[in-house]
Amino acid sequence: MSKYTPEEKVKIARHPGRPGTADFIDALFTEFFEQGGDRQCREDGSILGGIARFHGRPVTVIGHRKGKNLEENLHCSFGMPGPEGYRKAQRLMRQAEKFGRPIITFIDTPGAYPGKEAEERGQGEAIAQSLALMSSLTVPVIAIVTGEGGSGGALALAVANRVLMLEHAVYSVLSPEGFASILWKDASRSGEACSVMKLTAQDLRRGGIVQGVLKEPEGGAHTDWAATFRTVDAALRKELASLDKLKGPALAQQRYEMFRAMGQNLAPAGKEDP
Amino acid sequence: MNRFFAQRRDRLLTYQAMRDKKIARRTACPACGAESESQDWHNKGQVCPRCGYHAPIGAYYRLEMILDQGTFQELEEKLSPADPLDFPGYAEKVRRLEEETGLRDAAVAALGKVQGRKAVFAVLDSRFFMGSMGTAVGEKIARCAEYATKHKLPLIIFSASGGARMQEGIFSLMQMAKTAAAIQRFQDKGGLYISCLTHPTTGGVTASFASLGDIMLAEPGALIGFAGPRVIEQTIGEKLPEGFQRSEYLLDHGFLDQIVPRTQWRQVLGRLLALHDKGGWA
Repeated sequence: MSKYTPEEKVKIARHPGRPGTADFIDALFTEFFEQGGDRQCREDGSILGGIARFHGRPVTVIGHRKGKNLEENLHCSFGMPGPEGYRKAQRLMRQAEKFGRPIITFIDTPGAYPGKEAEERGQGEAIAQSLALMSSLTVPVIAIVTGEGGSGGALALAVANRVLMLEHAVYSVLSPEGFASILWKDASRSGEACSVMKLTAQDLRRGGIVQGVLKEPEGGAHTDWAATFRTVDAALRKELASLDKLKGPALAQQRYEMFRAMGQNLAPAGKEDP
Repeated sequence: MNRFFAQRRDRLLTYQAMRDKKIARRTACPACGAESESQDWHNKGQVCPRCGYHAPIGAYYRLEMILDQGTFQELEEKLSPADPLDFPGYAEKVRRLEEETGLRDAAVAALGKVQGRKAVFAVLDSRFFMGSMGTAVGEKIARCAEYATKHKLPLIIFSASGGARMQEGIFSLMQMAKTAAAIQRFQDKGGLYISCLTHPTTGGVTASFASLGDIMLAEPGALIGFAGPRVIEQTIGEKLPEGFQRSEYLLDHGFLDQIVPRTQWRQVLGRLLALHDKGGWA
């Protein structure tokens, strides 16, 4: 059993001192070349992505960016992407597929941005397209939930061959506040929501939603970045090596089957089709 | 023998549809307030005879309006919800809704014909947990896509949903990936998917299979979006304009092919199926 309650884990997962996507890119990759824009409408700072080398090998890396100070927070909408962010991610993923680069994503978002312009430009459509695209990619895709994985806004970068989570990261259908407010009309019951939602890495590993849990230093990732980076680096190398054994269509097939099976064993099967 | 079964299935559909209608029947329009004869509402498929407001209708009722007589065959009717979080009160509410609506979960799947052309249908029903998608709905949509692939049939889905079902937590979220992937596969193999959006279609359903149609259609005045209007107003701190996230607004912003009034679905779908007679099957 973990020594932290789910509610405490949510706090650790949101800790401002936790390494973010930009920090992971700095530490684990070389020659990062940032790529901006969705080529349709605008640049969305809440998704950071580009080409980099991982132990010498070109990869595409994409993640949510929250920003480190208020000015950056505002520029990045506190890590809540609009449709342009997801469309930028799609553009980068298509390129990765074209050039045969593995894709590594870092998940850390409260959710997709619930704004007027975001709706106007098709937030739902953008996320749906990301899910559909990721499900059929023929390059290796590894996703790591590093902080909070909030709803469809997180999933849109996480349809991967391997989904890993840091030990104290959380991943859920909605933020605990939103969950409490929808089900009990009372956002202040978020603590209670944390305990029923099964949102911890350990719960999700047991439920077959994630394939690996990465140990954090004592007290959480924010206490020792270097140790966290070492763990993530080792996990990425290992998973990449194992995915390299699968070729193109087999990668898409493995990913499809993994997500196809989620929740399948829970719902009883129907009768034979007519 | 086949005819006998077809008649029996038809009677079953009629019975379920009657049940749906009983619930949907109304006289005072919730939109314009005008009082009209129940029969007039009924003749228009539960659309207000005065202002054209489209009242939500049940899944069987919708299928009965659209399908050729004697062609309805329900698919995967036994799929029912799981309770992976052991969420307090969920199992009881599921049972109560089953009794009230005759549904096993928020989606009904069927094989049927429109103007003589066969297709696979899935219809969401907002009376069951606001049409939200949990494991059973996700599984049903995925199986519909697979069934349609296997038999090289077009797929038509009517959405009406509050989004992912909170009570099944992360397992509901994963249904977004599952359904989007299943639809993508079906389309990659050449299948035609017509997505029909009805009031309301929001959240995780908008952000997965509902937005992926080769053809995107919606009923007039339907609320369609990712975030709900209340959440957006809280976030941006201002009132949203009249008509925001309604079908007409989505049409203006390029997210729909057309808006289809309820009484015209049969005709429009029949025409689209005829135009894709051979499908794109490889």
